[in-house]
Amino acid sequence: MSRGEPVNRPAKAAAFYDLDGTLIRTNLVHVLGYYARNDQGLLRSLKTTTSTLAGIPLFLATDFYSRKLFNDLFFKWYRGQSHDRLRSLAEDLYRDVIRPGIFPGTRALIEQSRRSGLRQVVVTGALEVSVRPLLDDLGITEFVANRLEFVDGRATGRLAPPVMASASKALWIREYAEREGLSLNDSYAYADSMSDLPMLSVVGHPTAANPDVRLRSTARHHDWPVVDLSQPNLTPA
Amino acid sequence: MTPALRHKTDPGIVFIDNDSAARVLHYGEDFLEEHLPVGTRVVYPPPPIRGLPNPRGAIRHALNHPLGCDPLYAQLRPGMRVTIALDDISLPLPPMATPDIRQTALEIVLEMLGDHGVDDVHLVIANSLHRKMTESEMRRMVGPDIHKAFYPNRYYNHDAEDPNGMVALGKTRHHEPVRVNRRVTESDLVIYLNINLVPMDGGHKSVTVGLCDYESLRPHHEPQTIRDSDGYMDPAKSELSRKVDRMGKIVDRHLNVFHVETVLNNRMYSDALSFLGKDEDEFSDLDRLKLAGTRWSLSRLPAPAKRQFLHRIPGAFELIGCYAGRTEPVHEKTLERSFQQYAVPVKGQCDILLSGIPYISPYNVNSILNPLLVQVMGPGYLFNLYRGKPLIKKGGTLILAHPCHDDFDPLFHPSYIEFFHRLLPETRDPFVLRTKYEEEFAHNPSYVQMYRDGNAYHGAHPFFMWYWGENGRQHVGRIIVAGAKNQHVPEILGWESAETVTEAIAMARSTHGRSAEITMLHVPPIMIPEVS
Repeated sequence: MSRGEPVNRPAKAAAFYDLDGTLIRTNLVHVLGYYARNDQGLLRSLKTTTSTLAGIPLFLATDFYSRKLFNDLFFKWYRGQSHDRLRSLAEDLYRDVIRPGIFPGTRALIEQSRRSGLRQVVVTGALEVSVRPLLDDLGITEFVANRLEFVDGRATGRLAPPVMASASKALWIREYAEREGLSLNDSYAYADSMSDLPMLSVVGHPTAANPDVRLRSTARHHDWPVVDLSQPNLTPA
Repeated sequence: MTPALRHKTDPGIVFIDNDSAARVLHYGEDFLEEHLPVGTRVVYPPPPIRGLPNPRGAIRHALNHPLGCDPLYAQLRPGMRVTIALDDISLPLPPMATPDIRQTALEIVLEMLGDHGVDDVHLVIANSLHRKMTESEMRRMVGPDIHKAFYPNRYYNHDAEDPNGMVALGKTRHHEPVRVNRRVTESDLVIYLNINLVPMDGGHKSVTVGLCDYESLRPHHEPQTIRDSDGYMDPAKSELSRKVDRMGKIVDRHLNVFHVETVLNNRMYSDALSFLGKDEDEFSDLDRLKLAGTRWSLSRLPAPAKRQFLHRIPGAFELIGCYAGRTEPVHEKTLERSFQQYAVPVKGQCDILLSGIPYISPYNVNSILNPLLVQVMGPGYLFNLYRGKPLIKKGGTLILAHPCHDDFDPLFHPSYIEFFHRLLPETRDPFVLRTKYEEEFAHNPSYVQMYRDGNAYHGAHPFFMWYWGENGRQHVGRIIVAGAKNQHVPEILGWESAETVTEAIAMARSTHGRSAEITMLHVPPIMIPEVS
């Protein structure tokens, strides 16, 4: 076997990644802020941006206690947005916000994981429309993300089920593994937040990536590896 | 007879008598004082050979009078590409007082390169699958001026997992792949600055191992090679050395490597701790005061503070030899000088071998000596410190003094934790471990990432550590750890435990009888008993 060739083992396991804060620096609030800033009309944009900024402390507080409560409150901000508009802004969003926020170690981790013969799967609470360009760039075709509910082409401010957050990510991974014949025991998961503890707990190789204080402490307690993807590799190419 | 007048049969050998002083044993980050049974043989390291009065002059002389090739200055031409590879922080132990000998040698070499118009120079730390050194460690090793001039773009750690950073040079007739750092293969000249602390360092190992990747390391870092090696310190009898030499010849065929090997004496203790290397019967009142003071201070410090304190005491090593030129003639000279410092003639093997395990090993500088590394120090290094035949008889008992805390450094040794707690309880068979799990760990994306961008040992490294103890495990009958602070660590390692050294000796005597030959190896500093 030479370097760069996949490890000779069947793809019976996967690497499951959370996205926001794990592979990229940005999160849902950055995305919402971008959409708000680019709302049509100067006055409307100003109003939406101000309203979004005012909501950030509330988001942070609710996220600390419950990701589900956060989602319920957070996605109301999208009410009335058209599907076409969100999609047309997605490429610019990727170029201006998300791409600069990809952690330096992200691509190397995915590449190594792929070489190890693992299927690459993203399990994220971010919006599907906003993450597609990123996943295309990373070469990840298998993913699940949250989808806004649309009626007559306009967002209702609610998420279409299944809503990806906390325990539901773990449930999705279990069902996905069963459906695809993957061994969870041989699979890997990467997440940055304590809210993703269930997702980390269902695989045999959990890893805390750029973890918050609570997850770092939990990872240490369970002897899980802790990786820091935000560190640039200092070896010259 | 007073202790001072007691007859010594050989230099460096003391036999315990009724009125002998207690012996001082390293006990992790503490020390023990133990009264050993009458008749116990204590083997001490030879005194340090006096350092060369002018180390810079010795290095210059070596560069200008190399073995087997033209002098360094004659090989230089403007515009050429040069890579200088350096041994990593695992040598010497503990890290030496500044200026490190690598800094001294580098200053001379870089000046010479500059004088000859050689600007394209990279400094690569040959850390192989060891952890990458931190920036502060790198600065300390080469000094602030060189660090400032070269770091980070021209002074960096070798990255064995860089997908574009390795080049295959070929395979040996035994199909062992030889793969080394790309920058090295693309250089017109490679200068390797080595530190030789023990005979297993240096030679072909420098480039072939220090700058290789996992695939290239696998052929010799494996259990059968270890079993086929009669000790690690005698290259002539080591299958490990034979394989590395075989691969190294391919390196020499492809690359122009100019080796600069330095031999250090064994003055590892600075003045404040120099009493630790002395025969306890010859302790002065001041030595006893220092010992009591050190033990008192350590007993009042929490473990991390003790570690900090001990790891901050640099070694007082001095240069006793420097040779330069082609790999083999240089290393022959280095080995000769190295054995002059480390060899101790010892008559006869023993039934029971006792030693304290210190706070430091090549793999935990500035970190914790975790249980797997305690194992490396015991049946790994201590057992293999011999030339001729093992100091301990086949089926003998090895007694180690160490608290065996279940404590790991999650940043430096993340894969060790999983290895110790998940794999060892399942099997201690190195062949099963290698077949079933080694590649999984080696390719674990998290461990690869932590090795590449952090300061973690490679995912496969704990396996090598376990294989390292294979000969010791095969040879000895029992391993008893004295003073373990828990039951599960010795159990996982397959060892027995005793509360004290005295109890451990009593347990060993239950196997070997009251007349069992007991030998204490008074390490560190390192020595190599030549057993006749």
